Amino acid sequence: MSGIWVLIEHRRGEIREISYEMLGKGRMVSEKLNQELSAVILSSDAKAYVDKVKKYAPKILTIEDKQLENYNALTYQAVLSALATEKAPSLILMGHTSYGMDLAPRVSAGLKWPLASDCIDVEVVDGTIEAVRRMYSDKVNARIGFRGAKNSLVTVRPGSFPAEIEAAYDGEVVSAPSPLTAEIQARKFIEFLEAAAGEVDITRADILVSVGRGIGDAENIPLAEALAQALGATLSCSRPVVDKKWLPKERQVGTSGKTVKPKVYIALGISGAFQHVAGMKNSGTIIAVNKDPKAPIFTVAQYGIVDDLLKVLPALTEKAKALRA
Amino acid sequence: MNIIVCVKRVPETSEAEIAIDKSGKSIRAEDLVFDINEWDNYAVEEAVRIKESQGGTITVVTLGPPESQDTLRRSLAMGADEAVHLSDPALFDGDPYATARALHAALKDKPFDLLLTGVQAGDDGYGQVGPILGELFHVPHATMVTKLTVEDKKARVHRELEGGMEEVVSLDLPAVLAIQTGINEPRYVSIMGIRKAKSKSLRELTCTDISLAPEDCGPAGSLIEMKGLFLPPTGKAAEIFKGSPDDVSIKVIDIVKEKGGL
Repeated sequence: MSGIWVLIEHRRGEIREISYEMLGKGRMVSEKLNQELSAVILSSDAKAYVDKVKKYAPKILTIEDKQLENYNALTYQAVLSALATEKAPSLILMGHTSYGMDLAPRVSAGLKWPLASDCIDVEVVDGTIEAVRRMYSDKVNARIGFRGAKNSLVTVRPGSFPAEIEAAYDGEVVSAPSPLTAEIQARKFIEFLEAAAGEVDITRADILVSVGRGIGDAENIPLAEALAQALGATLSCSRPVVDKKWLPKERQVGTSGKTVKPKVYIALGISGAFQHVAGMKNSGTIIAVNKDPKAPIFTVAQYGIVDDLLKVLPALTEKAKALRA
Repeated sequence: MNIIVCVKRVPETSEAEIAIDKSGKSIRAEDLVFDINEWDNYAVEEAVRIKESQGGTITVVTLGPPESQDTLRRSLAMGADEAVHLSDPALFDGDPYATARALHAALKDKPFDLLLTGVQAGDDGYGQVGPILGELFHVPHATMVTKLTVEDKKARVHRELEGGMEEVVSLDLPAVLAIQTGINEPRYVSIMGIRKAKSKSLRELTCTDISLAPEDCGPAGSLIEMKGLFLPPTGKAAEIFKGSPDDVSIKVIDIVKEKGGL
């Protein structure tokens, strides 16, 4: 038994972009190992999803069950583990997303199949699958092996591979019966909650002045506000600032906040965790101020200042005021 | 309500310079500042809040070197009642599965209503231990928890999804929950508070105490293998302006003017 599987992630009838990113990488791995690529769709009604992924994989495995309509760790684990035990794929790719992070470790422990989580690459080295992941605030890469296991799992960090992929398969659909016999009660999906609409829409700003952990304290926020005001810009932030309640959630840029594309993005004291970068990397021009010259933010920024933010900020505001006076 | 919280002592790396050590599998720790993993701090706070409103006891548990006891003492000072330290070096350097297995072996005779972990650790960031514990204890779990209410033998949680969206999930107790940052505002811990907490129970356990065979511990008991660390290839880097704050500010504001259409 063999095969490379991509678990298609969907929510409210839409396929999530990570699925296409994984299908592209999955195809490369399957070609190197000379194994078949399969898209795996667990859902209550697979048809619409099948139509969308058919061209990206030679085989589509589907299991339909009304308990699979919305993601649930326990139902998805039961179904995926049963299918994986039967077919024994070499590798299952899942997203390192809210769903995949919740599901993959439990499937791994249940099957005793090794899991490399939050990976940025999957490679084939001498016929063996290895994964590459980031550690220590994304400053170091680690190469992960599976100790000779025949079956393995990898969760893929969103944005690691392009979502725009070329393929021209007409995937053969293989439907399997659901192994669920009774309703799983121990964990239940109740409802989705939309992001609360705030007073300010940071996605509409031409210039964003964005603060991160490096701002140091709530009492320094007005310094960044002053710069934003002087530039006619809008104030936004990274996750730690929202976690500490220094600014409201509506101001957060990143995977769990908003995706922004201003003409200019000024990152103040933001280290550049991938969750943040995913939300701002398509900005027109990115300028970063950070005291650590090795902060990942300097690899996405075009211009940078390596210095103490609190020294630079007043000078920036003064020059901005002079310009606009 | 009996609550177990798994905590970890980790180095602060987001603002520190990181170098790979001689083994090639770890980083040089000498100059780094260690503290409780940020996610775990929120998990301890959440446990203390539940205890304050509903009563019960909190057990904190960690796996790691002797210095990990600082993290346990800190958690006791926040309001936990007792601490367990898996201090056997044979348990170190395992993958998330080996770590979760050791935690399970140490806790399997201890009834709980809630077992809390952080979503992930700030050092290795696997984010696996919580869901694996759910599997090992055969209880439901949920990760990315941003809100938690407990009533009628059930936990009702909000899970963070992408794009600011959340989902509401209900779980039967006992349950394992992996707590996300921002769920609460962790209380301040004073040196005096930590000193006072010294009278609380802290037990050290070895592999023998938890009846785990050597082949199930550390790297031997792991499903994955860390083959080595390497520095990420330096791609394109920003043009760095040098000079006084005034000098560099003039350059930055010029760019904002040009690119931002001021």
